[in-house]
Amino acid sequence: METITSIKPFLAVLVSLCVVPIIISARSPNVRETWTFVAAATKFLIVASMVPMVLNGIEIVYTVAEVLPGVAIKFRVDALGMLFALVSSSLWIVTSAYSIGYMRGLKEHSQTRYFCFFALALSATIGVAFSANLLTLYLFYEMLSFATYPLVTHHQDEEARSSGRKYLLYIVGTSIGFVLPAMLISYNLAGTLEFARQGFLAGTGSKGLIGLLLILLIFGFAKAAIMPFHSWLPAAMVAPTPVSALLHAVAVVKVGVFSIVRVLTGVFGINLLLSFDFGPFIIFVASVTILVGSFIALTQDNLKRLLAFSTIAQLSYIVLGIGLLSPKGMTGGMVHIAMHAFGKITLFFCAGAIFVATGKRNISEMVGIGRRMPVTMAAFFIASLSIIGLPPCGGFISKWYLVLGSLEAHQMPILFVLLLSSLLNAAYFMPIVYKAFFCSPEETMFEKGVKEAPPFCVVPLVITALISMVLLFYPQPFFGLADMMVKSITGG
Amino acid sequence: MSDLIPFIVAKYNYWIYITLMMIGLYAMIAKNNLVKKIVGMNIFQTAIILFYVSIGAKKGATIPIIEHAHGDAARGSVSHAIEIAHYINPLPHVLMLTAIVVSVATLGVALALAIRVYNRHKTLEEDEIIDQIKGI
Amino acid sequence: MSQHYPVLLVIVPLLSAFFISAAGWLNRRLCFPIAVAALSVAVFSSVGLLLRVLNENVVLYKLGGWSPPWGIVYSVDYLNGLVLVVVSVVALLNLVATQRSVEQEFSEKIGAFYTLYILFVTGLLGIVVTGDAFNLYVLLEIASLTGYGLIAMGEARAPLATLNYLYMGTIGASFYLLGIGYLYIVTGSLNMADISAILPSLYHSRTVLAAFIICMVGVWLKMAFFPLHAWLPNAYTYAPSAASSLIAPLMTKVMIYVMIRLMLTVFTPEFVFGTLTLSNSVVWLAVIAIVMGAVLALAQRNLKKMLAYIIVAEVGYMVGGAWLGNRAGMTGAILHIANDALMTLCVFLVVGNIVYKIKGYAFDDLKGLFRKMPFTMGAFVVGALSIIGVPPTCGFFSKWYLILGSIQAGHYGFMAALLFSSLVNVILFFRVIEIGYYEPVQDHEGHEAHAERVAEAPLSMLVPLLIVAAGLVVVGLYTGDIVEHVIEFAIPKGIV
Repeated sequence: METITSIKPFLAVLVSLCVVPIIISARSPNVRETWTFVAAATKFLIVASMVPMVLNGIEIVYTVAEVLPGVAIKFRVDALGMLFALVSSSLWIVTSAYSIGYMRGLKEHSQTRYFCFFALALSATIGVAFSANLLTLYLFYEMLSFATYPLVTHHQDEEARSSGRKYLLYIVGTSIGFVLPAMLISYNLAGTLEFARQGFLAGTGSKGLIGLLLILLIFGFAKAAIMPFHSWLPAAMVAPTPVSALLHAVAVVKVGVFSIVRVLTGVFGINLLLSFDFGPFIIFVASVTILVGSFIALTQDNLKRLLAFSTIAQLSYIVLGIGLLSPKGMTGGMVHIAMHAFGKITLFFCAGAIFVATGKRNISEMVGIGRRMPVTMAAFFIASLSIIGLPPCGGFISKWYLVLGSLEAHQMPILFVLLLSSLLNAAYFMPIVYKAFFCSPEETMFEKGVKEAPPFCVVPLVITALISMVLLFYPQPFFGLADMMVKSITGG
Repeated sequence: MSDLIPFIVAKYNYWIYITLMMIGLYAMIAKNNLVKKIVGMNIFQTAIILFYVSIGAKKGATIPIIEHAHGDAARGSVSHAIEIAHYINPLPHVLMLTAIVVSVATLGVALALAIRVYNRHKTLEEDEIIDQIKGI
Repeated sequence: MSQHYPVLLVIVPLLSAFFISAAGWLNRRLCFPIAVAALSVAVFSSVGLLLRVLNENVVLYKLGGWSPPWGIVYSVDYLNGLVLVVVSVVALLNLVATQRSVEQEFSEKIGAFYTLYILFVTGLLGIVVTGDAFNLYVLLEIASLTGYGLIAMGEARAPLATLNYLYMGTIGASFYLLGIGYLYIVTGSLNMADISAILPSLYHSRTVLAAFIICMVGVWLKMAFFPLHAWLPNAYTYAPSAASSLIAPLMTKVMIYVMIRLMLTVFTPEFVFGTLTLSNSVVWLAVIAIVMGAVLALAQRNLKKMLAYIIVAEVGYMVGGAWLGNRAGMTGAILHIANDALMTLCVFLVVGNIVYKIKGYAFDDLKGLFRKMPFTMGAFVVGALSIIGVPPTCGFFSKWYLILGSIQAGHYGFMAALLFSSLVNVILFFRVIEIGYYEPVQDHEGHEAHAERVAEAPLSMLVPLLIVAAGLVVVGLYTGDIVEHVIEFAIPKGIV
């Protein structure tokens, strides 16, 4: 594995940091939005420019500062990080477009603050993606927590206040209470925090101690919404929908689950987990979240809350994939990062578009909306297929590999979990689509005729829905990156 | 018991300073009147000053000034050797000059503050002052 | 000139205090420039000294040419080189930042205020630079008395609060003096290095034990180590804002320095950790201090008092870290001296700005402050993140070393207390941030946020604050350098 040093990872993080002062001082909203696009495009281009190198097996390293003896703020671009960075940076462009439509459509206040903290949050996300060690990851993880607080509490009303508190309590509470001690105990054991191919904790501690660290780190990254630390996610749905879309379907929660994947592969290492037989524990925790999340989603009437619980369940697929500790399972889990991102963001975009166009939040009020917003609901249908895991959408690949992975790992019960959860997914998505298209609305619900949300809202969701479909047929570079990562950590 | 008395008598300076210190401390804590507290604080500090001075004392020693060793009468070195045991240790006295100055300055500041408190609350009794503050 | 840095540090501010006092009578507008000049010399000298120490290990300055142990010696090594820079920089930044506030509150008494200010800083610098135990007492009292004067210039309840501070502070300083007296009895010397050379054969004597404990209790009283902290909240709350942002960051930290100096240089780690078996108990006392500081801070309804109780908890961090007995813990304690001084300066300058514009510091006065004073509150958020311990601010890194030290020492109670305190700090600060952020509900849906209601503090108050806030991040990023090049050498090799 060749390594070259280049400032590109740092630049990718810095781009959106630097644009913040420009956004603050922008004279008109159009200038401000233009700069957001410029930053998003630049970030995506920098990230994408590193893809060919990564696919050829080269890792890009950059050290910012050695802040502690032996531990530095350092970036390392490898396959897994690249996968996540690509997903986030590409979706930022789309979400910025969507935000414009949404925020202007609702005439929201404090838009400058919104775009600023959005940029900061993306900076932190790319920082997490490219982290070379646990300290850098922790730094950007915390930065993300605090950068997203103003976004979650954007509306500044009572509901926002209490959701904000819950958000902080769960996310900062677990990161300070669990991750920080775990990080220090690991540092004390191993003398380093650098993510290693076989995990840096290999051979340093007893089963009990490693087990304790495992529990602390899995539950400590509460952004992954693993039960019981999941309640912040439905509460955070009070945020404007673009916030919910990018952050809670893609960036924040993906940062959480990415951190867990990173920790499981880079801190513990597959061999260590296998030798101590911790796989079943991880699988159990993930399965509980998958099933309970899916069941609760069934009971929700508010569309965004339903999507939130769906996300909670879907995230644990990724953890489940890694927990299977088999190559196909891990590939499936990693690819699901991308597949779920594109699918879920489409669903959230649709929910937001519905709200902008009609003001409706609850599913019970969305009967017959397919007549009025056919494009939106068609996209919704495609995206839900992806989440359920059916062809012709990309989610099928990740489900397929998860199934293969559980066979490979001889974990039969997991097949059952996967099957049941897919059924549940269908059970809560399909009725929405059915009612939207095939039932007629009550008299006072909607006006007749097609009246979609503003184009800035609709075009992004169409794009992401199409990408979800395309990913089945052409899953590169995501699949290639995941495959490469798994090969490198299993030594295959 | 019989060797307790010599023990106390021999180290009487320590016992005295400790007693004074405790008296001062008691006054600071238990007394209600601000001026009495300040006086207690002064007693506390004086006890420590006494302690320092007492440790410089030696049996049968005189004040630490060498006779005829100043001015024109003494040119160069002194004619005879100095027996240290004949002179009490001057260093603690010097240190305590400083400490006395500090104590006086503290006393001054404390009394000035007491005047400020009196001007505001019209009383020097601490319980009345606290009642006034709680009532405000 | 560079060989005189140690004494310039003390003499120049001392003499200029008299000039300021005179200027207070003759031409009030000269007071501030003289003060700035004096502290600039102090900053320059302390930085020069630190650079010299990096080359020479120890810088000795004999006052009046008298060699130790007969004369008083100013001895600067890695430990006090660092603390000197911190003290002088904080004092200068605060001086510049609070100029407007002082003019507003003390227009006739400016001469008096600045005289006391400079004398206070003189005292602190002297405490840090001296190598003589009794000289330390003298400068300690200089700092304390001027500190009392500064605090007493505050609002209504200030004189009473100061009086209580005076009682406890005097007891503390007197205990220190008493302890030094005991040391003098057994060693015959007042010079720190000399005492530490003579003491080893006496480690098992009760006098030395008594001296150590009495000195410690005295120093703990002056640094407000729980339960000897009762004077701090009222004193720091009712002091004028310019005084509290000077005294709060510095006084307790300098006393921590004194404690560490006593532990490492005078009594040496062999005695403190080898002969004595107190370290475990002291760390548990520190745990109680941290927890009580956090809990008491939760109960407060005004910002200044809440910050004062946070200081009580921070003192617990440093005492616990120093007494853990390992390198990581001691590194954390020393690093936290610098970091906590900066963080405390940041938040107290914010309070100063708020008081200057809003004239109040209770929670109810803070409504909607994010809109009115965005830059000040931005700096407040940075300070809050540092106190909570979020990377890359400096507060995270000292917590890192403290927690690492507690893991290595097996003292998980201390680690739990540190984590508990961080979590409580999240609650404390976000309570304030919430009040400032969610202003009273008005018609905010539907119009953009513009600058029409921004009423920020003047630039002379804002710029130093932003410098300090930026400094929190910069110092955090440079932690590796500070630890490797300075603190590493400040701790004797014996501590592992």
